[in-house]
Amino acid sequence: MSAVLTINGLTMDFGGLRAVDKVHLDVRQGEIVALIGPNGAGKTTLFNCITGLYKPTGGDILAIPPGGAAKRINGLKPNQVTEIGLARTFQNIRLFPNMTVLENVMIGRHCRTNSKILGAVLRNSRTRREEEEIVAFSYHLLERVRLERHVNDFARNLPYGAQRRLEIARALATEPFLLLLDEPAAGMNPHETRELDDLITRIQEEMDISILLIEHDMKLVMNISDRIFVMEYGKEIAVGTPLEIRGNPRVIEAYLGEEAHA
Amino acid sequence: MWKFFSLDEIKKSLLMALWFIFLTFPIMVIRVNPIYNVVEWRWQNMALVGAGAFFLSFLWRYFLEYKNPAPSKPADDAAVSRSGRFSELLRSSGTRRLAIGAAVILALAFPYLFSSYQVNIMTTALIYVVLGLGLNIVVGLAGLLDLGYVAFYAVGAYSYALLNLHFGLSFWICLPIGAALAALFGILLGFPVLRLRGDYLAIVTLGFGEIIRLVLENWNDFSKGPSGIAGIPRPGIPGIEMSLNASSVFLYFLMIALALFTIMVVSRLRNSRIGRAWIALREDEIACQAMGVDKTKTKLTAFALGATWAGMGGVMFAAKTTFINPASFTFLESAIILSIVVLGGMGSIIGVIASAFILILLPEYLRAFSEYRMLIFGAVLVIMMVFRPQGLISNVRQTYRFKGLQENKEGD
Repeated sequence: MSAVLTINGLTMDFGGLRAVDKVHLDVRQGEIVALIGPNGAGKTTLFNCITGLYKPTGGDILAIPPGGAAKRINGLKPNQVTEIGLARTFQNIRLFPNMTVLENVMIGRHCRTNSKILGAVLRNSRTRREEEEIVAFSYHLLERVRLERHVNDFARNLPYGAQRRLEIARALATEPFLLLLDEPAAGMNPHETRELDDLITRIQEEMDISILLIEHDMKLVMNISDRIFVMEYGKEIAVGTPLEIRGNPRVIEAYLGEEAHA
Repeated sequence: MWKFFSLDEIKKSLLMALWFIFLTFPIMVIRVNPIYNVVEWRWQNMALVGAGAFFLSFLWRYFLEYKNPAPSKPADDAAVSRSGRFSELLRSSGTRRLAIGAAVILALAFPYLFSSYQVNIMTTALIYVVLGLGLNIVVGLAGLLDLGYVAFYAVGAYSYALLNLHFGLSFWICLPIGAALAALFGILLGFPVLRLRGDYLAIVTLGFGEIIRLVLENWNDFSKGPSGIAGIPRPGIPGIEMSLNASSVFLYFLMIALALFTIMVVSRLRNSRIGRAWIALREDEIACQAMGVDKTKTKLTAFALGATWAGMGGVMFAAKTTFINPASFTFLESAIILSIVVLGGMGSIIGVIASAFILILLPEYLRAFSEYRMLIFGAVLVIMMVFRPQGLISNVRQTYRFKGLQENKEGD
């Protein structure tokens, strides 16, 4: 299995604070990798570095599209990273509330289409065809996440769980080879979490997309991940399969232990 | 409504009445006659103000209550259907066709039914329709608060005036040049403000607008300063002599054509790939970038396209008035155009057209009320914003129909 994402010695400083400290991480093709750790461990900062929202202080982030050459993506703009094929969701949902559900997904198609102002004004056959393709593609994705009944609703009117699924559909619309999910199950009830569990596995299997996710729901993490990376205070403290992580004393002390006591 | 006549409510209204009496006392009650050196006390005015304020404060609170019904479930549903009825009416194709037909006939017949004074006012209103729709791209769709929009209007007007003065270029050549120059200035303004949002952006654009005006006012060699440029020719058809009246009718139809062109372009852009990117940028800048939209390009196209319409409006304005000076391009002008967009409803085309007509024609037709006209104008603005903060027509998005959706719904 070849890697699709390799992170070498990634460091991110905010002034004197080192939020991410020489982290090594890799995601292989077709894998579901989980990134766990207590609050403030630097997981989301790591995500923001990968997706171009932050410019890392040091280290390398290499994205390797399947069948393509490796690209160093540190310091690229977020839209460039998305264009290469990495798409993300956000910890606190960031949909476009005053656009319809379908339009939210259609935005994801932006970087895969190229009609210009003149085309939009003239509405020539090429633009119309492209527009039809965008709509069809987006609708198909909405069917996948079971939101097709809500196509014309405003995104702000969706129930919470549906908003999370919509964010995933929007990210999928950019045709990524690696999907980064930042706490996709946060705030969901057990039933919704089970559905999400199912959805993530299906995305990985049916669409052949590798997945890197941050999550606090241990049941979900243990269920679906192939490998788990554990972070604490910006440092990586363990890597392994769910079984290995479950038995790792350092992890139990840092993270799982707290949960066991609670 | 009867629960309003409780002691508490009456007390509130009484206080309001007293407050208004106090506020208006110096202007409504006291009148000093300097010729005869007497002070006239008009007590009946005070009574009128008191009674009026007492009554209106009841009405005001009644409508506020009507607008925000108590948070009981059925009342909520009623509110939804109430606001939905109007948009529903707009959407049904029958009424829509009828309304468009009536508007076309009225627009075509207008110059032959009314005096040339009316035609001139209507031409001005149409210029503001174009300006409103242009600013709607920047503020309504892309969410970039631009308080210096009048700068692009000035660029358009001065490019026609100056190019005509120095090189004798005709209106028809200057129209695209003015639009292009305004677009160029739009990009020039766009670059430094790429990182700014909200209040900061508003301040910088405000400054930009003032800079353009001050340059025009002080650079005498270039723009002839405050005395302005006179004798700008009206547009014509080469080879045909037109009387003053005929040329103002011609300009009116030209303006109708430009407004229709603007409406077509903006409505097509709104539901295109670019338009969606603008709206996404307005909704959430970070998510928008993370979804692969190039922020820089998207913002610059919004600024440039918005400015283009201001440029064309400016050329039209110069051609209509045949005289321009920097006094026509003050901040107040930007504020009025912005009010048109906000009052019409951010991003709504029909709303912006309607509010441009209301805001430009209202002060004209209120001339009968002479000194009260600006007061009424202000009151209309305040009342609109209190009772309909989302604008005349709120955010309406394109809907799509899908085969099979209906079956899915039933099978669900």
